[in-house]
Amino acid sequence: MSGRRLTHDLFFYLGMLLIFLPFMGGKVAYLPVVFAAVWGLGRFVRFAGENRGIVRFREGVVTAVAERQRLAIALILAVAVGLPFVSSNYLIEVLTSALLYAILASALNITVGLTGVLVLGFIGFYAVGAYTTGILTAKFALCNFWVALPLSGLAAMLCGILLGIPALRLKGDYLAVVTLGFGEIVRIFLTNLDRLTGGPNGILGIKRPSLGPFTIDQPREFYWFALAVLALVVLAVARLVNSRYGRAWIAIRENEMAAAALGIDVFRKHLLSFSLSAFFAGIAGSLFAVKQGFISPDSFTFYESVLVLCMVVLGGIGNVTGAVTGAFLLIVLPEFLREFAMYRMLVFGAVMVAFMVFRPHGLLGSRLIAREAVDREDAGAA
Amino acid sequence: MSDILTTDNISVAFGGVSALSGVSVEVREGEILSIIGPNGAGKTTFFNAVTGTFPPSAGRVFLEGKEITGKKPHEVARLGLARSFQNLKPFAEMTLLENVLIGRESHAVTGMLATLLRTRAFAADEERQQQKARELLAFVGLERRQESLARNLTYGERKMLEIARALALEPRVLLLDEPVAGMNPTETGFVMELVRKIRTQGITVVMIEHDMRMVMGISDRIYVLDHGELIASGLPHEVRANHRVIEAYLGGGKHAPTH
Amino acid sequence: MFLQHLLNGITIGGSYALIALGYTLVYGVLKLINFAHGEIYMIGAYLGFILVSLLPALPPFFQGHLLFFLLIVFLVAAGLCALYGFYLEKVCYRPLRQAPKLTPLISALGASIFFQNFVMLTMGAKDRIFPQTVGMTTYTVAGVTGTPLQLAIILSSVFLMALLWWFINRTRLGVAIKATSTDPLMASLLGINVDTVISVTFMAGSFLAACAGVMIGLYYGTINFTLGYLGGIKAFTAAVLGGIGNVPGAMVGGFLLGIIEALGAGYFSAEYKDVYAFFILIAVLVLRPAGLLGKGVHERA
Repeated sequence: MSGRRLTHDLFFYLGMLLIFLPFMGGKVAYLPVVFAAVWGLGRFVRFAGENRGIVRFREGVVTAVAERQRLAIALILAVAVGLPFVSSNYLIEVLTSALLYAILASALNITVGLTGVLVLGFIGFYAVGAYTTGILTAKFALCNFWVALPLSGLAAMLCGILLGIPALRLKGDYLAVVTLGFGEIVRIFLTNLDRLTGGPNGILGIKRPSLGPFTIDQPREFYWFALAVLALVVLAVARLVNSRYGRAWIAIRENEMAAAALGIDVFRKHLLSFSLSAFFAGIAGSLFAVKQGFISPDSFTFYESVLVLCMVVLGGIGNVTGAVTGAFLLIVLPEFLREFAMYRMLVFGAVMVAFMVFRPHGLLGSRLIAREAVDREDAGAA
Repeated sequence: MSDILTTDNISVAFGGVSALSGVSVEVREGEILSIIGPNGAGKTTFFNAVTGTFPPSAGRVFLEGKEITGKKPHEVARLGLARSFQNLKPFAEMTLLENVLIGRESHAVTGMLATLLRTRAFAADEERQQQKARELLAFVGLERRQESLARNLTYGERKMLEIARALALEPRVLLLDEPVAGMNPTETGFVMELVRKIRTQGITVVMIEHDMRMVMGISDRIYVLDHGELIASGLPHEVRANHRVIEAYLGGGKHAPTH
Repeated sequence: MFLQHLLNGITIGGSYALIALGYTLVYGVLKLINFAHGEIYMIGAYLGFILVSLLPALPPFFQGHLLFFLLIVFLVAAGLCALYGFYLEKVCYRPLRQAPKLTPLISALGASIFFQNFVMLTMGAKDRIFPQTVGMTTYTVAGVTGTPLQLAIILSSVFLMALLWWFINRTRLGVAIKATSTDPLMASLLGINVDTVISVTFMAGSFLAACAGVMIGLYYGTINFTLGYLGGIKAFTAAVLGGIGNVPGAMVGGFLLGIIEALGAGYFSAEYKDVYAFFILIAVLVLRPAGLLGKGVHERA
């Protein structure tokens, strides 16, 4: 490193320290620690992305899973079904909430990951689903959960269509901002339409579902129920991805103009992915309502939207299993870091930046990795 | 021979600058027609106007006698007018087979429910489309790479992929924007052969091309554009001898039609 | 009553306009929405708070010359925020200049979360009360009640906008910014250092946002670490309203939004005060994406 470069770097980092200084007050001593942590994290992410051994290991895992897909799925399902037998009730609650987020992330993955449409107010659809169930089963007690569940999905889907028709004509950042506005509008209405939504206090006393003599009441039972719903959603998304629908979505993401030139109705395909996403989010919201037993606008903030988005990005954009992995990482990991709870979000923000800068394809990457390996073998054989 | 694609006085203006003014062409069914002209003459603009990518500001476009002016690109494509792009636009993160399957989208019949339930009809339709896509990849000589990602192709291979993809629409008319630009003579020869074969399948070909060996070698007729206006048209030898064409090229520089 | 709402609207609108300018400047140069901009505004407000709190510990000279003291507060807070803007661009955006569109956006969201939590951890999650300094006496003229502070805020907003106007049109760097917004490739061919221009743009936008932050802190008297989110969204709405990328548009949009909000809160319902901005945002984007003063089609951005 040349002297000039060194001075430049010195000034750069000193300047960075300087701007954080006024906030540190008496805690100035922590500053280098925070910086070292952030810097180290960045280095680690870069290392994990570039180190040959790690890359090969990751490719190996992805390829192996791709080759023995059925076995892998069976194993994961077996572990997932068995987990409640060895977990405390508390851990089961955490895992259940991870399952709900996994449904959300899989749903958001359809628009963000496959179609390439950034949605920032996604939690709005979740809220619509949750409140539909809350209003129908508890507030006015009009029907039972099994009727409310599909209605919640449909209500969210309707919102998706009503928002999508005008908004999907916009591109990129603009669309993202409109969806963000939608999420906020939903929340503000929930807070203020007292008679329908209970206002800031929300809706209480939402009962867990029952089917004939069985009640899905115990944490363990509800966990299995949520797992089954997640499995169905993932199956549906996977089947759509491996069909003309998924291909058309990815083509639009890759190149809208070329897709249109090949006869793809970009607007309709966008709307389809958007409303499907909303539908699954509504379903997840309905589950959330019965899991919690009460709902209030506080559960549906912009932060939740960002969290779900991060799950999709962290797992690898457009990757079906990645979204689920991302959800579990972001919900379960922080539970192990409870002592650092205060710094959790700080680190979280920094990790997001580091990821984008050093590893924009996410942890698992898209399915590219496996394909790349195939191509390399081809090239080697030729 | 009847006209399959005609334009009636189409004009395109970008913010007051005229890129195409009053261009009328008639493309006859089953011919290979070339559009040539110096860089910036408005050739790609013409393609964009015809296919609805950037609709014309004036004038009308007809495909098989039906007006298609102002229709959306995907509607135009479904009506039988396919195109390739000059600056390549493959779906980089999809395999070759998937790339071609996108072109089959308008011929696929299975609905959402059948897709979710993986019905027998779904499997049959999927197999039919894949079969067709594989045939097309074989047609352009890429069958051995069908599982590769499009972004790992060479430049020439990508151009082939674009042609296969456009053919997947089963178009009546195929618009090719500089199909051999940047190719070596062997590859160019292959594409020439390919274009002839496409024509024998009953597909009319309209191409923009700078490579005069290709243009003079396979075109039935040629239109010449300069500064957004049609300055000449006719058989290859007529166009070559046209003094306005020579002037345009000599004035415009590098691609004189001398071969 | 109408004039009263108007005055309140203009006061708030001025700071919306100042923040909106930051969005518009960056968008002009990079065609990118700086989602972390609202946090810079929040940090500006906190820096203002920290500096104003220092007053009792300072020599009596400053207590005697409050206006001079506040001027220094503004300069220091805005100067530091300019540095925040510089680092934000350097760390979160510059490495991603060639990346797909989604990437810088998510990195900006990450930066937002980082800044918010950093301020929450160091300054606490509760509202902080600005020490009362100046201009709290109210005067009533023709039925309209206002404070000298309100007047000062409006005047300073206008002054800062004039300053920006001068900077963009009369200085070398400003003209370089303008040239880069119009045609970055041409600008770089003409020997303009685009990287420098981008840095300066971020710094200028952050400078203005920080001033708005300090003003809002003084005006409302309380600040919170979540301030940047709503403020940022509203200012972005203002920028879109006026046509993003358009400097006078952002100014008009800011004042307009402030006035609409004040009138809406006054005549319809104060609970839905925050919804107006979002409805306007969606309506403008869907019906007239180029904004009120916009020219070209920005839809294809």
